[in-house]
Amino acid sequence: MDFLSEHQPELLPGKRQLPPTQGVIEAPHGTTIVAVTFPGGVVLAGDRRATMGNVIAQRDIEKVFPADEYSAVGIAGTAGLAVEMVKLFQLELEHFEKVEGAQLSLEGKANRLSTMIRSNLGMAMQGLAVVPLFAGYDLDRERGRIFSYDVTGGRSEEHNFAATGSGSIFARGAMKKLFREDLSEEQATTLVVQALYDAADDDSATGGPDVARRIYPIITVITDDGFRRLTEEEASELSRAVLQRRLEEPDGPRAALL
Amino acid sequence: MSTPFYVSPQQAMADRAEYARKGIARGRSLVVMQFADGIVFVGENPSRALHKFSEIYDRIGFAAAGKYNEYENLRIGGVRYADLRGYTYDRDDVTARGLANVYAQTLGTIFSSAAEKPYEVELVVAEVGATPDGDQIYRLPHDGSIVDEHGSVAVGGNAEQISGFLDQRHRDGMSLAEALKLAVQALSRDTNGSEREIPAERLEVAVLDRTRPQQRKFKRIVGRQLSRLLEADGAATEAESSAEEEE
Repeated sequence: MDFLSEHQPELLPGKRQLPPTQGVIEAPHGTTIVAVTFPGGVVLAGDRRATMGNVIAQRDIEKVFPADEYSAVGIAGTAGLAVEMVKLFQLELEHFEKVEGAQLSLEGKANRLSTMIRSNLGMAMQGLAVVPLFAGYDLDRERGRIFSYDVTGGRSEEHNFAATGSGSIFARGAMKKLFREDLSEEQATTLVVQALYDAADDDSATGGPDVARRIYPIITVITDDGFRRLTEEEASELSRAVLQRRLEEPDGPRAALL
Repeated sequence: MSTPFYVSPQQAMADRAEYARKGIARGRSLVVMQFADGIVFVGENPSRALHKFSEIYDRIGFAAAGKYNEYENLRIGGVRYADLRGYTYDRDDVTARGLANVYAQTLGTIFSSAAEKPYEVELVVAEVGATPDGDQIYRLPHDGSIVDEHGSVAVGGNAEQISGFLDQRHRDGMSLAEALKLAVQALSRDTNGSEREIPAERLEVAVLDRTRPQQRKFKRIVGRQLSRLLEADGAATEAESSAEEEE
């Protein structure tokens, strides 16, 4: 990125002059991203909807990307800017790895993303914010970790689970009730589907599983084997199972009262 | 005022080429060759930290013989070139041919500029294709020329002899283990024709493997995997030779 800013600064998101604008710029926004850790790794998932005001801009947008072999980033906020940010982030991690011959530490990656979000602050103040969720497997500590961000680039490590985007309040509530320490990988992936379902249930900007069009959430798992995105079949199977249960109990599984 | 001696341009260039060639010849040789699933890089390298081979981009690998600081400089330049290309356009728009051209320009400029000493390096840029026909191997000598190679190529100290050896024995569609064994055999021949043993710890091996599911096809082969390949290879060759005997 240092090289880029010297060589071709116009390629960097933070370096562009913004024309003065009145009010909010209309652009597609991505919505809910959730993450949950389990012994041995972390799951990061996102719904597929992008909205522009009250319009659904895209039904099958992809908002969860691998950052490198052992980490992934999910984005909420202005889709165009977010996708560019992720592209630059991926590039930077790969570039570092090739030049130095070693990967950045997970903390290092999280810090780097923090700087990139901060450079977008000007845009964020005009309503074009990007708020990602970063999850990865820490090879040194041998566990999955989650980092959340705010628009100013503030970074905080989240324990157990986290959510970002417009549906995050509802998703977080669902995960709070469903989370336990000893989840298996399969249970963790089911949990994120439940959380996304609850988010879609109460937030109009979050898309639920679309059985008719076969559009299901993107679910990714990162373990010491590296990054893996669940295939279309796996995601559809999980979503259908959750949907099936919800036909009987629309509000989902119930937690114990005491 | 002292008059500078006249040196003819031919002589000056010949001297510079001689200088670069001697520098390269001091280093150990390395071999780059095609096998069924891609391209393998094999070299003798006692250092674990200073690599001779490295990844440039998804399908492109880099190998260099000669002075470390000089080729490291070129390598980083290549990674920057490739990453910038890929980011500005698309990952598919980064090609070994483009990269080799950039290297050729750089090496050529340095070689003919009187202000700088010529680089004592010889590079190989290789790109693995979707099929063996799509594989490309370019050799870049110190003076900025490009040689399009097929099958196998050797650079470094003993390159001519090793190339000769490889040209006779390399064939298309070798397995990785076979290719590796052939490369090690070639590398362990000394100038005077005698052979010496190169232990697995002193070998640096990397592959561009087209069957790898990831986008990035470059992979280093180290430790257990390497020794297993070297051994498996012995067994396979024995099986082959006994099969031949039966025939």
